Amino acid sequence: MKRRNFFSAAFASVLRLSVVGALGASQLLLSPVMAATSEESMPDQVKGFDIAARSDRSDRGFGDSEAEMTMVLRNAAGEEASRSMRFTTLEIPDESVGDKSLVLFSTPRDIEGTALLSHAKMLDPDDQWLYLPALKRVKRISSRNKSGPFVGSEFAFEDFTASELNKFSYTYLQQEACGELLCDVVERIPRYENSGYTKQLAWVDTTDYQIRKIEFYDRRGSLLKELKFEDYRKYGDSYWRSHRLIMRNLQTNKSTDLVYGEYTFGVGLTDNDFVKGRLARLR
Amino acid sequence: MKGLFCQLLLGFVVLPVSCGMAIASDSEWELSGNTALQLRGFSQDALWPGQNTSDAEVSVSGEWEARWRSEEGDQRGSFIPFARWDENDDERTHIDLREAYWANEGLFYKGTKIELLVGINKVFWGVTESAHLVDIINQTDLVEDIDQEDKLGQPMVNLALQHDWGLVNVYLLPYFRERTFPGRDGRFRSPLPVDWDDAEYESGAEEKHMDFALRYSHYFGDVDIGAYYFRGTSREPRLELASNGRELTPFYDQIDQVGLDVQYTRDAWLWKLEALLRDGYDESFMATVAGFEYTFYQVYESNADIGMLMEYQYDDRSSQEPITTADNDVFLGARWSMNDTQDTALLAGVVVDKDTSETFFNIEAERRIGDNVVVELRVRAITNAESDEPLYSFNQDDYIQLQISRFF
Repeated sequence: MKRRNFFSAAFASVLRLSVVGALGASQLLLSPVMAATSEESMPDQVKGFDIAARSDRSDRGFGDSEAEMTMVLRNAAGEEASRSMRFTTLEIPDESVGDKSLVLFSTPRDIEGTALLSHAKMLDPDDQWLYLPALKRVKRISSRNKSGPFVGSEFAFEDFTASELNKFSYTYLQQEACGELLCDVVERIPRYENSGYTKQLAWVDTTDYQIRKIEFYDRRGSLLKELKFEDYRKYGDSYWRSHRLIMRNLQTNKSTDLVYGEYTFGVGLTDNDFVKGRLARLR
Repeated sequence: MKGLFCQLLLGFVVLPVSCGMAIASDSEWELSGNTALQLRGFSQDALWPGQNTSDAEVSVSGEWEARWRSEEGDQRGSFIPFARWDENDDERTHIDLREAYWANEGLFYKGTKIELLVGINKVFWGVTESAHLVDIINQTDLVEDIDQEDKLGQPMVNLALQHDWGLVNVYLLPYFRERTFPGRDGRFRSPLPVDWDDAEYESGAEEKHMDFALRYSHYFGDVDIGAYYFRGTSREPRLELASNGRELTPFYDQIDQVGLDVQYTRDAWLWKLEALLRDGYDESFMATVAGFEYTFYQVYESNADIGMLMEYQYDDRSSQEPITTADNDVFLGARWSMNDTQDTALLAGVVVDKDTSETFFNIEAERRIGDNVVVELRVRAITNAESDEPLYSFNQDDYIQLQISRFF
């Protein structure tokens, strides 16, 4: 028999793997001016928000996408384990609602067919359903768990979900070289509840406006993790996707790589492909 | 590997295509499954005459899954045979087709997307953990496990209509599956064994009675809801003394049943309710399971989560109806998920009957070893069962079970 129980709790949170390839992506495009009015007197905050918003806007209008992803988990001794999954995303044009996404696991084999459906929200908690293939059971799950690890990896649930622009407040710090590019360094502080971070530092390049690196600081304010975005590829005119994300936990020396295959855009998906009734019909 | 599997498929001669053709085309085949070795050790000698006197039991099972999807993606098929061999109980040694269906999702009627599924399938309804009260489409494969979570494949014609306002499912169930019961040698049986191959029916059509079900399911904000009507053969039999006086005969009544399942999801809380109303053999009765699940995330700054579960089971059926143990019982449970690479998890629970103090203990732990092996440990025990209570039949069947499964 397939495993029955473990995923219910392991998954008890938000997940939007769909946008992890472009952490700058978001449905919410507050006008930078609007969002920044309360911070008018603080130019570094306006500038920080503008940089994040510009990065965010570069991903508007992608419609839908589908990609295969392999997650490689490495412990301090260098031992590896992997998971593979396919995820699909539907962009929702209405800016007051979030995107919809679907993750379908294919390995490890004992969780093959397990699927997670997410309807992202802006301020309210996301709606999420988990499909457990052993029982063919669809289970609505809580999206309260922000800082817990996603399927045993170094990625927390919030690392996937907190891509919406207004989930953070921003402060511009400085400009510095990042590889061959020049990057703006922006500090962002989570505004949502239950985050495991006091702050993050994001390096956004000044050429394509994509995030190149993020540093995560834990609840004590110490540097916890570092995430690098590599192998950016451009789809169509403007959609950049990183195909290799490397998350390193600097306190435990564990790491997790996300390796993406080619993205397919314009799959032709509709709302009907992102309903809970679909979960038992994915395979 | 694929070639071998195809020979296996052809051996069953169910799928209308040859394997060579299917693999050569652009349509996709997915092959997977698992084989498992199961060891059970019982703490006491068997209670009833005829039961195997061994305290240990070795069993092997396999489930092979072949899934197909058409090139256009709108048609799919599934073929999942299951087999178990048990050293002690001939009835537990059995095979079943868990799934064997073809489905077309590309149908439209007046703008509504319709899926037609024909064949053998498994369908689950419900939200609670301690009992699956409203789940009714599939018959229980009771010899697999007393938790009743294993089901036999159900032949059906299923129409699924997805509307903006919810999902409507219509089921026509042309052939009834008889519940499996342990044989004379087996553990977990009534004082007399059930001769389930010789079932009797209220309907003259017997197992060929056409059962019917209609279900609606959807969600409204934080509330998920499902409701259904079922008319047909009860999945639960009444057990009657056979004419030879040495066995029990299952008797399947015709029933009308409405069921409801609701879950309210808020913060770390899941509030759950299942309820049914059944008009069957004696009088109509109602039953419900209701409770909550609350999860503490990242306890003591670790990666682990602990969920606390509590459910109340109530059933007001008369003694003339099929026996239930969940009539006035409280379930308390805890789920511990380590969220590690090996997905280590542990579920411990206890069900206490408020009237009789009968108590059922259950512990399930599991962990992946490497990429493809899962080790699972179960401990189950019953205490305080009086000799006139249904659980007394299993009173000396406390056991520990180790299962090693290899997935492919």
